[in-house]
Amino acid sequence: MPKHNVAVVGIGQTKFRSKRRDVNIPEMIYEAVKMALDDAQMEPKDVDAILIGNMDHFEGINFSEMWCGIDAAPGYLKPVVKIATGGTTGSSLGICGYYNVASGIYKNILVVGWEKLNEGGATTGIITAFDPVWERPSLAGALGPLALMANIYAARYGITSEQAAKVTVKNRSNAANNPFAHIQMPDITLEDVMNSQMISYPLRLHDCCPQSEGACAVIYANEEETKKITDNPAWFKGVSTAHYYTFGCDDLMFDLPTAAIASKKIYKKLGIKDPVKDLDVAEIYEPTSWSELSWTESLGFCGKGEGGKLLDEGITQMTGELPVNPSGGVLSTNPIGATALVRFAEAAIQVMGRGGKRQIPDVETAMGMGFGGSLWTELAILGKDPKPLR
Amino acid sequence: MEGEKMNEELEKKVFRGRIKVPYKHTAGAYVEKFITEIGKNNKIMGVRCPKCSKVFVPPKMICFKCFEKMEEWVEVGNQGVIKGFTVISHSTPVLPLKPPFAYGIITLDGADTDFVHIINESDPKKLKVGMRVEAVFKEKPRKRILDIEYFKLI
Repeated sequence: MPKHNVAVVGIGQTKFRSKRRDVNIPEMIYEAVKMALDDAQMEPKDVDAILIGNMDHFEGINFSEMWCGIDAAPGYLKPVVKIATGGTTGSSLGICGYYNVASGIYKNILVVGWEKLNEGGATTGIITAFDPVWERPSLAGALGPLALMANIYAARYGITSEQAAKVTVKNRSNAANNPFAHIQMPDITLEDVMNSQMISYPLRLHDCCPQSEGACAVIYANEEETKKITDNPAWFKGVSTAHYYTFGCDDLMFDLPTAAIASKKIYKKLGIKDPVKDLDVAEIYEPTSWSELSWTESLGFCGKGEGGKLLDEGITQMTGELPVNPSGGVLSTNPIGATALVRFAEAAIQVMGRGGKRQIPDVETAMGMGFGGSLWTELAILGKDPKPLR
Repeated sequence: MEGEKMNEELEKKVFRGRIKVPYKHTAGAYVEKFITEIGKNNKIMGVRCPKCSKVFVPPKMICFKCFEKMEEWVEVGNQGVIKGFTVISHSTPVLPLKPPFAYGIITLDGADTDFVHIINESDPKKLKVGMRVEAVFKEKPRKRILDIEYFKLI
């Protein structure tokens, strides 16, 4: 059990873009950090510790905590730690930040995720995570495995590419309501998606997330500090992680079993019986349109093979019973080290009722999801109070 | 001999890979201004922290101690003092010059931080901490930090 309840008390995000040639890495991160500090009305000196994360190899740098923990965040002579776990970097940061405050180690913590993907090569970086003999020539990278997962999923449950395209239309239409979102295609149609360039069968261009540049900064505080900062925080109700990897295709993970494991754990802990009814909104990590369909199943929003039906029935739309990705999701914005932290931040924004045009009415409970690493899942559920639902 | 043979055999079992990545590192506004000024006007520019008043050369956006955004540009001297130095004698492909040459930590007149650059003296006996140096600029600037070609002893 946590010693302390933990709340999100300040949030900053840059406007995400494909390129930020106007700023270097620390200058870009500073924008989000400054915004979060101003949001919490905190002095830099009052920050206890900093967690910072990205995938160093993507930019061809190293020790990013060294040159961004001080030049972009108030980390001088303070504990500064870097976390890099692939796509889950943002959620690993988000969850470690929670542990650091929940355990009583720090009263508050500044959590920063960022990426500047146009500086180097994400796929090249990802490839280095794979076995040089067996995996690098074929299975390495993000796109190939995600395409295979989509293909297996479609074949097994008869999901159509039109159903997948609907996810993109939903999320990119939502992105038009989010001033921070990268891809802005407010008038996108099913045809636009289904006629877009084939990238890796069955994934077309608009079935895939973009590469974005930007940063997200979130400040967490314990009860005592939170009281001083805001009367409208978003409290962590709980977090959950499931990490898993098997070599090559030893174990076929097309439907992301870690999402099923991590979600079952957190639902049980918080007394969530039916996530569609008990959650008011979910920000999930969908690197492709197909992943959202498949992973809404794994997260228990519907039964196996029913992801397409869930979307067709409008349940995950803005006006549905459980809106998924009102921010526009990963299909609209993907600054890798920040992506999953943006999910947590957007969940917090929904709980705080600060979503503007992307706000879902009366949000009490929101879930954020991180995906990445080696098909890992990390979840956080936030709410108006820190208590379990039942 | 036995060991050498074994190593040869093992070498045959090594899997060789190569990853080639072109990187494009954004300089940012502060670097841009600094490089432009050294190339165009042979001026070395720093920025002053609004809180502690320290002048940073090279310039950057944030004062690491105060966490303040620095926006006031200040010209510092083209001369300064060597705080420390080393002489590079072993050649590697990434060096900017053919060794031997010296690297120095130089405090420019009017700056509060130190600046690392090349000193065109390779005899350690002729170099001393505390000596004064002056920047020599490249005739044809290429928008690189090496548009200050080196510092010479004065």
